[in-house]
This record gives sequence, structure tokens and C-alpha cells, in this order.
Amino acid sequence: MVMHLAQLNVAHMRAPVDSPELADFVAALDPINRISDEAPGFVWRLKGGESPQDVVKHDYGDHLLINFSVWETRDSLWDFVYRSAHLGVLQRRREWFLRVAEPYSVMWWIPRGHVPSLDEGMGRLELLKAHGPTPEAFTFKQFYDSSEAAWRPAAAEVRK
Amino acid sequence: MSSDDLGTVAALHDPVRRAVYEYVTSLGREAGRNETAEAVGVQRTLAAFHLDKLVEAGLLEAGFKRLTDRTGPGSGRPAKVYRRARGEWQVSVPARDYRTLALLLAEAVDRLGGDEAADEAARRAGARLAGEGEDLGGALRRRGYEPYEEGEDLRLRNCPFHVLSQEHPLLVCSMNLALCRGLLEGLGDDAARARLDPRPGECCVAFSKNNES
Repeated sequence: MVMHLAQLNVAHMRAPVDSPELADFVAALDPINRISDEAPGFVWRLKGGESPQDVVKHDYGDHLLINFSVWETRDSLWDFVYRSAHLGVLQRRREWFLRVAEPYSVMWWIPRGHVPSLDEGMGRLELLKAHGPTPEAFTFKQFYDSSEAAWRPAAAEVRK
Repeated sequence: MSSDDLGTVAALHDPVRRAVYEYVTSLGREAGRNETAEAVGVQRTLAAFHLDKLVEAGLLEAGFKRLTDRTGPGSGRPAKVYRRARGEWQVSVPARDYRTLALLLAEAVDRLGGDEAADEAARRAGARLAGEGEDLGGALRRRGYEPYEEGEDLRLRNCPFHVLSQEHPLLVCSMNLALCRGLLEGLGDDAARARLDPRPGECCVAFSKNNES
């Protein structure tokens, strides 16, 4: 089975998304999303709406910004995150987001064609927080190949 | 230092082989046997011999590729092409291991949120990087950045901090930019010439060639 890599990350904004403090970040959304959507290996991302500046809406708390996307391979995701203009935005993260001690980014393998739900993604992040990196929920630093990750659709749900 | 690393590096002892390796790695794309022979100034068979020895040693990777646009019957079989292998080898006598310690220190800086102090240290170190009478290109080359020109930019083919930048990309790429800006300042040049412009497989910093930007 061909597997794709799902990635979810959350960021705690220092101020509301429509505040002047976040203006530079919001202005970067359109160009960065464009780079993501045109990047080699990009499969899917959760959109907040039709406008390029719409952020994902959710019930997981105020001031929480969620990025959620699917990629063909680890390298395609890595090259977008760290080897494109996205890196420059990441370098400015402290201006817009709070430092958090707990994990804020998680990856896991899904079968090609599966569109993961936000609940599934947040469940994987909880798995990572609870158990550290495992084949079901891991990070770039402690990465698992798709062969090591049995895809268990219920895994994230059961342990929530 | 492992004995394997020494064996791999020793494969570069022969001057012709070293010239072959340096030609292939300077391209940023795959190299064919003919062009390598021509660039190094040896017979095609000798170039092929050294190219294959470098593959055997693990320093180059080989593949097959059509070098002409012709396809179909009569276009010939794909040519053997070579590019730099992904691995890295270090030889230190006596044994030294700065990499492990650097990774630990980077993790500590990350945890402490000390990236600003790290950037400042890098900027100061960068200012002392250029040797007497050295220009920007020379200093970058000596430090292993493998600079090359592209349009109005000076780009860097190699990341000298590769392993660290894979483990701690935000910290290391930020420090590297600070180091490059410091280097410009040390040369009495405009620090703003250096900017973050990462590409897959290359260093994250690029320089604008003229000072007018």
C-alpha cells in the first residue's frame, strides 16, 4: 500500500489573529500557502475557507493556530518546511507565537487517498504528548518509516 | 574515526581521482563520463575507471540517464552518470568528536531558548572568519561552502553544518545566516547582502553579488 505522511502542528498566538501583532504573519499566509500547494510532493492541506488568508476554524481553544497537511514523503515535507521561503517565516515565530514546552507538531502515516479529520490529527498529537514518539505519532527528530507504522485508524480514537 | 571512514577518504589520495571528484561535485547536477574526462584532461577510460572507483568507495553515486534529447530506436542506451553521494566521512588523528558535542550543545540552546545569544556569537565569529587578503568567495570556499554564481547571486552548494542543520534546522540556519553576515562585516561589506534563501540540498544562505541592494 502506498503511504502518505500526515502532519499537524499547533501554535499559540500571542494575540488574536486579526490583531496588528499578527498582521505580518497573516500577510505571509497567502505566499507561503502558495509555495506549499505548488511544492513537489504536496498532497492536501486543511483550508479554513476560500480566502487564502482564512485560517483553520476549530473548537480546540482560542488563539490556537492549526496547520494540517499531507505529503508524499518525509523529504517533500522537510523541503517545504525548512528548504523554502517557509523557513524565513518560521524564524520569526517568536514574534507571533508563544514558546511551549510540550510537543506542538506531530506526523503519522496514512494510506494514500485517506483524508484525515482534524479530530484524528489532534488525537495523534495527544498520543505524542502522552507516549513520546512512536510509529503512530512521531516527529522529524524521531522519525519512523511507513514500513514501521501499522496504520491503525482507531489508535488515535481509542486512546483519546 | 572509524577505519571505514579512513578508507573512504583515502580513495581521494590519487590526484587524478581527486580532480574527478572535485569536478563532479562542482556541478550540482549529474556528470557524464565524457565531460568529466574532458574537464580533467584524461582519457575517457581512465576517467570512467576513477568514477567507478569513487562509486565503490561510496563517495559518488551512479545512475543512468539519456544525455541527448533523442529517444526511441537508434538513440542508444542511457549513459552512466555520477553525482555526489549523500554520506559524509570524517578523519581525525588522533580521534576527535566535535559533532556529538555540538549536537548536545545545540539541543541545550534550543531548550533554553538561547537562539539570540547563539546568533550573536555566530555573528562575532563570522567577523573573524576571513583570512588576510581573502575575499568573500575565497573565505566561503575555504570554509567548505562551495560558492557558485547564479544570476545576480552568489549561492552556496554545500552546507558545512549539514548534520546539525538536519537535527536543529531553525537554530543552525539562523546561526549560519548570522555567521555569513558577520563575515561580510569583517570584510567591511554590507551585512544585508546575505539573506536566507533555502533550497533543497543546498546551504540556506545566498548573497547578492553587488552592494547596491
